[in-house]
Amino acid sequence: MSLADLLDVRPGENAHLVLRRATVLDPIAGIDAVHDVVVRDGEIASLANPGDADTDGAEVVEAEGLHAFPAFFDPHVHLRTPGQEHKEDVETGTRAAAAGGYCGIIAMANTSPPVSTAADVAALREQARAGASVPVGFLATVSKGMKGEELTEMVELREAGALGFSDDGLPIADAGLMRRALQYQHLCGGNIALHEEDPALSRDGVMHEGPVSAVLGLAGIPSVSESTMVARDAGLAAYERARIHVQHLSAAESVGVVRAAKAAGVRISAEASPHHLCLTDDAVRSLDPHRAKMNPPLREERDRQALVEGLRDGTIECIATDHAPHQPEEKDVPFEQAAMGVTGLETAFAALHTELVLPGVIDLGLLVERMAGGAEPFDLERPSLAPGSEANVVLCDLGAEWTVGEDGYESRSANSWCAGQTLTGRVLMTVAAGQVAFRLRSFSLGVAS
Amino acid sequence: MKHLLSIEQLSREEIEGILDRAESFAEVGRRDIKKVPTLRGRTVVSLFYESSTRTSSSFDLAAKRLSADLVSVKAAGSSVEKGESLKDTVATLSAYDPAAIVIRHPYAGAAQMVAGWTAAAVVNAGDGKHEHPSQALLDVYTLRRKLGSLEGIRIWIVGDVLHSRVARSNLIAFTRMGAEVTVCGPPTLIPRGIEELGCDVSYSLDGIEEAEVVYALRMQKERMSESFVPSLREYAASFQIDTRRLEPRQLLMHPGPVNRGVELSGEAIDSPQSLITEQVAAGLVVRMAILYELLAGAEGAPSGEGEGSRPTPIGTPA
Repeated sequence: MSLADLLDVRPGENAHLVLRRATVLDPIAGIDAVHDVVVRDGEIASLANPGDADTDGAEVVEAEGLHAFPAFFDPHVHLRTPGQEHKEDVETGTRAAAAGGYCGIIAMANTSPPVSTAADVAALREQARAGASVPVGFLATVSKGMKGEELTEMVELREAGALGFSDDGLPIADAGLMRRALQYQHLCGGNIALHEEDPALSRDGVMHEGPVSAVLGLAGIPSVSESTMVARDAGLAAYERARIHVQHLSAAESVGVVRAAKAAGVRISAEASPHHLCLTDDAVRSLDPHRAKMNPPLREERDRQALVEGLRDGTIECIATDHAPHQPEEKDVPFEQAAMGVTGLETAFAALHTELVLPGVIDLGLLVERMAGGAEPFDLERPSLAPGSEANVVLCDLGAEWTVGEDGYESRSANSWCAGQTLTGRVLMTVAAGQVAFRLRSFSLGVAS
Repeated sequence: MKHLLSIEQLSREEIEGILDRAESFAEVGRRDIKKVPTLRGRTVVSLFYESSTRTSSSFDLAAKRLSADLVSVKAAGSSVEKGESLKDTVATLSAYDPAAIVIRHPYAGAAQMVAGWTAAAVVNAGDGKHEHPSQALLDVYTLRRKLGSLEGIRIWIVGDVLHSRVARSNLIAFTRMGAEVTVCGPPTLIPRGIEELGCDVSYSLDGIEEAEVVYALRMQKERMSESFVPSLREYAASFQIDTRRLEPRQLLMHPGPVNRGVELSGEAIDSPQSLITEQVAAGLVVRMAILYELLAGAEGAPSGEGEGSRPTPIGTPA
C-alpha cells in the first residue's frame, strides 16, 4: 500500500514539477542517470531525457548538479503528543521530517499518557490530517499504559488505524507478555517494534559500560542488556512464527544475533540510528548531555563498526533517527540527571553523508537505500522513483556545507547530537505523497519559473 | 589554572606546584596567628549538595585562614529543596560576584557545568562517582611528606572502587606522580575497563605484601542490599585490612569516614603506620593552596587594581 493510503497527512495540492537535469539515484529501481523528473498528479509521471520534459504548466526546478533520491522514511520518531507538546507536536515534528528529506514517519506511542486506546489513535490521526506536513503513521503500545502487564486491545487498535505496536522507551521485560503479544499478532497483524533492554542488567546505567564509564565513574549499561533481549525475542518470534522489528541496535553482539536469526529464517528486521553510526562513547567524555546522552547508549568503536557492517550486508535494513526532542531545562543539568535522547530528523542524511559516504565507508547508493528502508517492515510501499510510483522525492545538493543549528530548527527542540557541526550535503526540497512538503528558503529563490 | 575540576586536567608539575604551596601554608599553621590576608575582600561560596564533614569544613576553614568572606550553602534548607535548578542556583550565587565557588554534587560533571555558568573560579569538591581532586592532592601531599617522592612506590587501593570518586582521582594522581597502582576488591565492585587508567586489577588481597602503601576505601552499607557483596561479614573476611594482613613497613591510608571493623580493623586504624589523621591535617593546607593557586597564583591573579583585589604575599600577617 502506498504511504498516503495508510498514513495521515494534511490534504493539499498535488505538485506539478519538473526537476530538470537532476542526477537520479534509486538503487532498488535500478536508476542511476541524469533525467528530467516529472512529478504530476501525485505520481512520478516520467523520467525524461535531460532537457526533454514537457514543462508546460509545471514549476521547473533547475536541478543540474543536484541529486534526486527516493525520499526517506523514518520508522522511529517521537512526536511527543499528547502530553509533551512543549517538546514537539505533529506539526513541528513533521516539518522537521520534511526538512530532513522524509516523505513519511512513524510516531512512537510513549506519550503522556501513552497511546493505548482506539480513541487515542483516532485523535492523533485527526491531528495529522489537520497539520502534518508529511504522512504519519502511529504505533500503539503493546501493553496497557506501557506498564508491561496486560496487552492492549490490539485488534481494536488496528481497526482504528494503528500501524503496529511498540512500548518503545521501555522494554517488554516480561517474556510471557512478549510471547502473548506475538501470538496475538496472528489475529491483529501489524509489526511489533522492540526497544531491547534487560532492565535487570541496565539498572541505573546512564552510558555504555566499558573503559569510558570506568574512567568517568558513571553507571554502565552493558551491551548484553541489549543483545540478550534481542536473542530472547528472536527466539520467541521463531517459536511463534511471528514478526518483530528490532529498534535502534547499538551493540555488536546484537547485530550478530539479528544476523544469525535472519539466517535461520526468523521474521526479524532491524534499524540503526545515525548517532550510533557516527559516534562512540568517547563522546561522553565531554559529559555533555546534549550530544551524548541517549538510550541505548553510544557504544565502542567495535560496536559502531559492527553496525556499519550490518548496514552493508543487510542485517540492518533501515536507518531510523529515534528523533527524541527535549527542552533545554531537561538537558542543562549534570549528565546523570539529563533526559535521554537526541533529535535527528533534520540532520540524518547530511550527517551520514558526511561521516560515512564522503570518507568512503559506505557508498551513496547504500545510504539512499537504507534511508528509505523503514517503510517495508511496517507493510508500507518503499518510496521509489520508478515512473508510476507515488511521488516521494528528495532533492539534495551533495556539495553544500552548512552548520547544524545556525538557522535554528524546524523541530521545537534543539537537542541535536551534531549541533554546531559543519555537514556536507543538504536537503533542498522534499516531495511527500505528491505534495511539496519542504523547500529550503534560500534555495527557492533560485527556482526558475 | 582557572578552575580545579579534575585531577585528569593537572600535569605532574601543576600537582607539585600546589603541593609546594601547601608546604608553605603548613608553616603558617604553626604560628600563633594562623591567618593571612591573601584573599581579604574576596568572596568564596561553598555549595554542598551532599553531606560532608571533612571536605566542607576544611574548605571553609581554608577560605577563612586566607581572610576571604565565606558563604556556605547546604542543599538542605536552601532553595534547592524548593526545586531550583543547579543552573539557577549558580546564577543567583554568582550575583554576589564570588571569586570562587567550591561545589560538591551527587552527579558527575556538575562542577564542569557550573564552570560554564559563572565567572568565578570553580573547585570540584566531589562530583558524583567521578572525581574528588582535592582529596587526591591531599593524599599525594601526605605521602610526599612521608616518603619524599611517589616515584616507583607501589600502592594498593582496596575496596569499593566502582562507587568511589576517591579511587578514581587517587589512581590518576598516584600514577601521574610515578607510583604503580593496583586496585583490589570483589569483581562486583571493580569497574569493567578500569585498566584504561593504567592500573593493575586484583580480586584478592594475595600479593598485597608488595605494596608500600595500602589505601582502603569506605564500604557503604547500602551495597549489601544491591547484592554487590553478600554480606559485610563476608566482605570483611576477604578484604578487611587488619594488623595481621598489614606488614609493619606498610603505610595505611583511608579517606574517611571509616567503618570500623568493616574495611579496616580498629587496631589497624590506631596503629602507628596509619596516616589517617595526617590526611585530615593535610586537607586544610592543601585546600588553602588550591584556593591560593586559583585566586592569587600567577595565572589566577586578578588584573584589576581595586582595593582588596591584589594578592598579598603569604608571609604578611593579617
